Amino acid sequence: MFDDLRDLYQEVIFDHNRNPRNFRVIEDADRKVEGFNPLCGDHLTLYLKLDGDKIVDASFQGSGCAISTASVSLMTEIVKGKTLEEAEELFKQFHEMTTGEDEDIQLEAMGKLAVLAGVREYPARVKCATLAWHTLDAAIKNQETSISTE
Amino acid sequence: MTIFPIDKIRADFPILDEKIRNKPLVYLDNAATCQKPKAVIDSISHLFEHDYANVHRGVHTLSVRSTDLYEGARKKVKQFINAQSEKEIIFVKGTTEAINLVAQTYGRSNIKAGDEILITAMEHHSNIVPWQMLCQQTGAVLKVAPINQQGELMVADFEKLISDKTRLVSVVHMSNALGTINPVKQLINMAHAHNIPVLLDGAQAIPHMSVDVQALDCDFYAFSGHKLYGPSGIGVLYGKQALLEAMPPYQGGGDMIRKVTFEETEYNGLPYKFEAGTPAIAEAIALGAAIDYLSAVGMDTIAAYEAELLAYATAAAEKIEGLRIIGQAADKGAILSFVLDKIHPHDIGTMLDSLGIAVRAGHHCAMPVMDFFQVPATARASFAMYNTVDEIDVLMDGIKSLIEVFG
Repeated sequence: MFDDLRDLYQEVIFDHNRNPRNFRVIEDADRKVEGFNPLCGDHLTLYLKLDGDKIVDASFQGSGCAISTASVSLMTEIVKGKTLEEAEELFKQFHEMTTGEDEDIQLEAMGKLAVLAGVREYPARVKCATLAWHTLDAAIKNQETSISTE
Repeated sequence: MTIFPIDKIRADFPILDEKIRNKPLVYLDNAATCQKPKAVIDSISHLFEHDYANVHRGVHTLSVRSTDLYEGARKKVKQFINAQSEKEIIFVKGTTEAINLVAQTYGRSNIKAGDEILITAMEHHSNIVPWQMLCQQTGAVLKVAPINQQGELMVADFEKLISDKTRLVSVVHMSNALGTINPVKQLINMAHAHNIPVLLDGAQAIPHMSVDVQALDCDFYAFSGHKLYGPSGIGVLYGKQALLEAMPPYQGGGDMIRKVTFEETEYNGLPYKFEAGTPAIAEAIALGAAIDYLSAVGMDTIAAYEAELLAYATAAAEKIEGLRIIGQAADKGAILSFVLDKIHPHDIGTMLDSLGIAVRAGHHCAMPVMDFFQVPATARASFAMYNTVDEIDVLMDGIKSLIEVFG
């Protein structure tokens, strides 16, 4: 019935929505940033545990739609073990992938994150996918304790 | 079901033939804005093809024609809401501007530090923020009457909040987020017992029921054209003549003056005192065409048909496991706001869109209402006179399917 939506709602997204990974508080987090999307009421808190400039643990709390929950869940998995600089680079690539600014982006290079490329066709939903990453960007820059998509 | 000329009415709305994602459009976002009948569309093209010029200006033929049509629209509005005089019908951009106008003219000249303005917990942001701004400017205090879990105003608490400091009551006639129809006549009587004027936000109510401002005895009534099957960019502020006469102008400019020198300006009379600059000429005229169309169908007939649609939709929704209706007032207009267990309204909105169904997903510009029901947002199906029972079936089948997909 929802054939048109297969690109947007892939099975991986349903899976992460049902069972979000790293859905917990890191009590001794080095970075903690809240992200809000006032238009839809999505909010999340992102926690990072660092060892030097390396992300050794990442987690989140909050509530949102399937796209936003899957996006933050996938993100916390992927940034673990990355340096802040590598994570920042990933943020830029993710942003380009979801906003469609770079048509030639290599989806293979995005790994699991490529399941979120479908939001490009749904402008109203891009912010759902990017909220987590803008929150990560703020956590990396370590200047703000909360960000908003609007 | 009432005998209602649904096929004829649907044929009058060209957009209903659109295919969305290869499926017939099922437009259920009427509380946000509703679609336009051919009569409204034609009135705009006819004006620009034959009769258009500026109003209240020169002596040339087209200016006279445009002025007659524009003032004719005002007359239609006056009759539609049963105002006493056309002087009481101020054309504005929409409900939001109407409320801001009252806040910044009536409010600024009558409300001072320590005074109170009373609203309800189910207001749209446009009936909250203008009063908060006025409170910041004057030092007045905003009081909010509570609602219950059904989404009904707690009338006894409302009455208790009326004090000798209350200077204005501003209440929504029908809630956009919940569908609740407030007992406005009773509220007006309570306020008038203390000589407090009442503004009604009629944005949602006006397309669903007949409104008689004299029978209600409201002091101000605000509504938008685009929710009444007319264009956006036009709306109406009704005000009792004596109140409007005493109020200072809202904006300065052309058309609102009688005589201007560099030393002083003499303002125009009603309603022009509040209509500075070239107005939304075509939009006002098209609103008049929408009112003609609605009057021909009959507002009471529309209300009866929509009540049947809502009853059908509510019964069907209650059968869906995991669906919770937000807003279950005893007196309710054709709005079905709901949430689903573990499925965010935005996912509902996107999924239904893929089936050609347009619903609203979000906070409906009523964040305090969302907070009260402890939901971030709701999905909202809102019905108009051109919707059908078959469309409600399509909606309910869609909801059941997406629940399955999410598992």
